[in-house]
Amino acid sequence: MAELAGQIKRMNGGINQLLEQIFGFSRRCLFRVISMGPIPNHLAFIMDGNRRYAKKCGLEEGSGHKAGFSALMLMLQYCYELGIKYVTIYAFSIDNFRRQPEEVQCLMDLMLEKIKSLLEKESIVHQYGIRVYFIGNLALLNDQVRDAAEEVMKATAKNSRVVLLICIAYNSTDEILQAVKKSCINKLDNIEASGSYKHEDSDIEAKDMENQEKKIQLVDIEENMQMSVAPNPDILIRSSGETRLSNFLLWQTGNSQLCSPAALWPEIGLRHLVWAILNFQRSHSYLEKRKKQL
Amino acid sequence: MLSLFSVVFTFLALFLLIPGLFISRRLRVPFSLENIIRFFKITASKYDDERNDERGPMGEKKKRAKNRMPKHVAVILDGNRRWAEKRGLGTSDGHEAGAKRLMENAKDCFAMGTNTISLFAFSTENWERPEDEVKCLMALFEKHFKSEMPYFQRDKIRISVIGNRSKISRSLLGLIEEVEEATKSYEGKQLIIAIDYSGRFDILQACKNLAMKVKDGLIQVEDIDEKAMENELMTKCSEFPNPDLLIRTSGEQRISNFFLWQSAYTELYFPNVLWPDFGEAEYLEALTWYQQRQRRFGKRV
Repeated sequence: MAELAGQIKRMNGGINQLLEQIFGFSRRCLFRVISMGPIPNHLAFIMDGNRRYAKKCGLEEGSGHKAGFSALMLMLQYCYELGIKYVTIYAFSIDNFRRQPEEVQCLMDLMLEKIKSLLEKESIVHQYGIRVYFIGNLALLNDQVRDAAEEVMKATAKNSRVVLLICIAYNSTDEILQAVKKSCINKLDNIEASGSYKHEDSDIEAKDMENQEKKIQLVDIEENMQMSVAPNPDILIRSSGETRLSNFLLWQTGNSQLCSPAALWPEIGLRHLVWAILNFQRSHSYLEKRKKQL
Repeated sequence: MLSLFSVVFTFLALFLLIPGLFISRRLRVPFSLENIIRFFKITASKYDDERNDERGPMGEKKKRAKNRMPKHVAVILDGNRRWAEKRGLGTSDGHEAGAKRLMENAKDCFAMGTNTISLFAFSTENWERPEDEVKCLMALFEKHFKSEMPYFQRDKIRISVIGNRSKISRSLLGLIEEVEEATKSYEGKQLIIAIDYSGRFDILQACKNLAMKVKDGLIQVEDIDEKAMENELMTKCSEFPNPDLLIRTSGEQRISNFFLWQSAYTELYFPNVLWPDFGEAEYLEALTWYQQRQRRFGKRV
């Protein structure tokens, strides 16, 4: 009897593997078809709905976030297979520090564990050659998480195929304020440096140039934004059906397509990604025309 | 024989392979007695929840709904040209219909208790449109400012125009200043019209002001925080600078460089109807949708 059970299990495993191979093949065919049209360069995800998922399935409190992590790995795999170069995810907001301390601690522990696992040889980072950036006010995190994050950034600095930006302890308003402060400090330093040597000929042109250098331009702020390492997102996907930005990439998503599938984050799947990209392709030609006009 | 084989294969592909792609394999729970019992318990509790919702504390829910009217509603008026095209009219007719609809909707909005309404009338990117369309829009603004002034004064609506004023014609500028001056003392109702506005330009001009203040020694770099930013943005003219609800008609799901900083926690609503067809019924739908939102601002409720 035990032998029979063992044989059935092995057959099950074999069938599972076969099915996975078939589905993987059909998925790659589907991606080839979709790639005939324009593919977004940068995709952003707001991973909302983990707690509601845990409640819905009757699981204990922290496991919603764990299920969310496996959903994230799956979505990253699909994105990189499709050829999307930049993916940004909203892992933890500065507002989330106001949640219950046990939940915050549980999230921090999960993040530490997952960040450390990125350094392992079999992780998705090495499989796809991902360069990882951690964006946000890292000073607000505890030392262990911050050190692990910096280690991952250093370790993946040489990868250049695809980029993953993880927004942790991040708020778009905070990012803009930091950029403004940096621009102010830079300008003040410039002014002090240029004031230390006198101008011999004080004609109007030189004065104008000086004045221009003293004023803050759009490029100054954009240079000092932490997200300047990536272009603006083409699509922003927020799961669980809520249609708000919740202080995520406010500056960068002025012209991005916003999608809000009703599925909770751990339930998100291939069909939501495909639907978002098809919608993007529908309005892409019109937006390209507008961009050319500008 | 061959045709039978190809038919069978097509059916298999259609009904097995393609749906199989989309079935999520992660959610398969192992088949055991514990999980079957758990499944029954969850279904039973869901049924109980639904029954309780139907009878339950309706009075409390209604009270909560009344308190949750948005104080500031922002609207992106999209779809005028498509509306005109559908009816075989010219673009200017589309914009004319849109402007008429605007005044009607504003009246309804204020009647339902909203404090501030913001309208994205003309964006910085709209200067790239064909010259006659731009001229027609500017003429429309002038005409409506003139004709609606008595209504604004009668109903005590404060008008504020935000945006970069350097490219607007002298006559329109004069009208804008006149309307703002005449209505500046009114409180309780405010209509913010964004002409030649861009969210990034707004943030940039606020940064420039802050930088000037730092340079002149009025504030320190460390004092620059969210409050300081809000006091420099163009929406500082309003008591409620951040919109609670943003409606963009015509089904496009983008913010197109309207309020960027201000819409950090705004609920975004994207109805499929074109702007000249957006009436009271559609606005009520938007309000009902808004009241069902659970706004958490990052915390747990």
